[in-house]
Amino acid sequence: MLAFSALSVLFLYGLIRLQTHLLLSLGVPEMEAHQAWNTAVSFTTNTNWQSYSGESAMGHLVQMAGLAVQNFVSAAVGIAVVAALIRGFTRHRTDRVGNFWVDLTRISLRLLLPLSIVLALVLAASGMVQNLHGFHQVTTLTGGTQSIPGGPVASQEVVKLLGTNGGGFYNANSAHPFENPTGFTNWLEVFLLLVIPFALPRTFGRMVGDHRQGYAVVAVMGLFWAASTALVTFFEHQHAGSALQAAGAALEGKEQRFGVAASSLFAASTTLTSTGAVNSFHDSFTPFGGGLTVFDMMLGEIAPGGTGSGLYGMLVLAVVAVFVAGLMVGRTPEYLGKKLGGREMKFASLYILTTPVLVLIGTGAAIALPGERAGMLNSGPHGFSEVLYAFTSASNNNGSAFAGITVNTTWYDTALGLAMVLGRFLPMVFVLALAGSLARQQPVPVSAGTLPTHRPLFVGLLSSVVLIVVGLTYFPALALGPIAEGLH
Amino acid sequence: MPTFLRTHLTALRMLLAMTVLLGLAYPLLVTGISQLAFPARANGSIAEYDGRPVGSTLLGQGFDLPQTDPSAPHRPDPKWFQPRPSAGGYDPTASGASNLGPNSADLLRSVEERRAAVAAFDGVDPASVPPDALTASGSGLDPHISVAYAREQAGRVARERGLPVEELNRLIEQHTDRRSLGLLGQDGVNVLQLNLAVARLK
Repeated sequence: MLAFSALSVLFLYGLIRLQTHLLLSLGVPEMEAHQAWNTAVSFTTNTNWQSYSGESAMGHLVQMAGLAVQNFVSAAVGIAVVAALIRGFTRHRTDRVGNFWVDLTRISLRLLLPLSIVLALVLAASGMVQNLHGFHQVTTLTGGTQSIPGGPVASQEVVKLLGTNGGGFYNANSAHPFENPTGFTNWLEVFLLLVIPFALPRTFGRMVGDHRQGYAVVAVMGLFWAASTALVTFFEHQHAGSALQAAGAALEGKEQRFGVAASSLFAASTTLTSTGAVNSFHDSFTPFGGGLTVFDMMLGEIAPGGTGSGLYGMLVLAVVAVFVAGLMVGRTPEYLGKKLGGREMKFASLYILTTPVLVLIGTGAAIALPGERAGMLNSGPHGFSEVLYAFTSASNNNGSAFAGITVNTTWYDTALGLAMVLGRFLPMVFVLALAGSLARQQPVPVSAGTLPTHRPLFVGLLSSVVLIVVGLTYFPALALGPIAEGLH
Repeated sequence: MPTFLRTHLTALRMLLAMTVLLGLAYPLLVTGISQLAFPARANGSIAEYDGRPVGSTLLGQGFDLPQTDPSAPHRPDPKWFQPRPSAGGYDPTASGASNLGPNSADLLRSVEERRAAVAAFDGVDPASVPPDALTASGSGLDPHISVAYAREQAGRVARERGLPVEELNRLIEQHTDRRSLGLLGQDGVNVLQLNLAVARLK
């Protein structure tokens, strides 16, 4: 039961890899093996890192039947895993935490599909394209030519955001006018990518029979989201950096119809939710603004995080927070009526250690190898930030990029692919192991010594644990990149 | 059958079912409804002039003088309103941004060169050139410019075409896309629609 989910998903990406080779249309060139591996992994792990460019590398059939399907099911897998974890808290003395197939089908067909159909039509009505055409050439007013692209964009766009996937139909992602035509669609896209991660804590509260537990979790998520959005917006309006100062505003890589404010909101939301769609290009953000987007991902995609993965990440940290509080007063820690012993803490610690190990070793290796270092577009601390961003994004399954870096090389495709697989499935295995371990226990009755986990005190405690864990792990790396550049 | 194998067969069946439902039925359904209900928008909001398509109102395009030598740099045509700089030369087959960092020396040089070029082209003070005229957009296909940049160009277009500036300012006003619901996003002037309106004046 525990390794079940991981096994089946491993199987799925094998199939997608084959599909990428088999089904091509629109005459796009065949994708090389390392890039196909990277893409298949990327979409299966809900990362949607893209080392290819959508309009020139993907036919419509692969986009629909290959990539969009994974947009649905990878999101559903995340929710299924968190459902198993919650059942671990609510069930007693059992080795069953739910049927993965039942969860997967219900989430895909009863939650994601109906929402997608309705909202895809809203988006298409707002100007997003939805057809099966290839490029069609027009002659412009001055006698030049332009190739207008087509594609089933609206149907894919909605689930790209709803499932916090983030893989764009076109290279420019949500900055492309066909993927995000107006200020209204931009707002709708931000709403879509936030809605499921922010709604799941209520599901959690309902399942454990106490809504206040869910509100405490959502309060921590909301706190980080609001703070991060405000700070990114502030730094972008300051437009620090010699080139941005010369231009008079941080508009490089941003669209006129969104401007600085809507771009900052999107940037903070997409990096905090593991979506990784972008409506502006983070590589050209101010040092601290761009640095914050990296920091957002380093939080481990928990505030509010990806669909499902955000909540299970936060619950693991809640377990750690309860444990820390227990150590302070010298009492056996318990959360939601379950004792947190050595076994549970081992799984929680392994969960927390996985991504930092991947990020820091990956970044270190890329910087140490001369060929890989040459892939950076910018030099100095900003170039380091590009590499750090790439590995942070892949390991945390975000999928956005400081896109200057050249990542379609055998080394980067393979290394980032590995980071995505391990960063997705190792934590999932630990979460499922934790769920199984919790489900086997007897519940402990609440006593006067139990730490209440629905009060502001716990919200503060959990927020501090999040900050300390991330801060202590990543501060040296951040200091070499964005902080060095920002203080320069 | 061993459990290991049975699990994988279930996974395969599940994937096939999901592919048919979510990968084919769903996008085709949405395509069908969109094509029936709002075909113009679902097909890319194509703009026409003299009965022939000239581009999409959602995609920016260049307004350059005809090229005699294809390798020469593009020269903007002074008779038209000009869009923002584009990292991809307004080519929809290669959308994207410059990805240059905030302290990049290359970006700094581009900004300074653009400021000098735009000021000379429009005949204005270099200090007054608005930031959107100096920076490349995220998509490389930004259909909009700021109202300030449109007004700056109105003087030049009026001179070149022998039209009154007030007339052009009225058209700019008409083709400004306001922020959605008065709140979301930012005002911008749609360059293709503005240029089409200018072309239709005579």
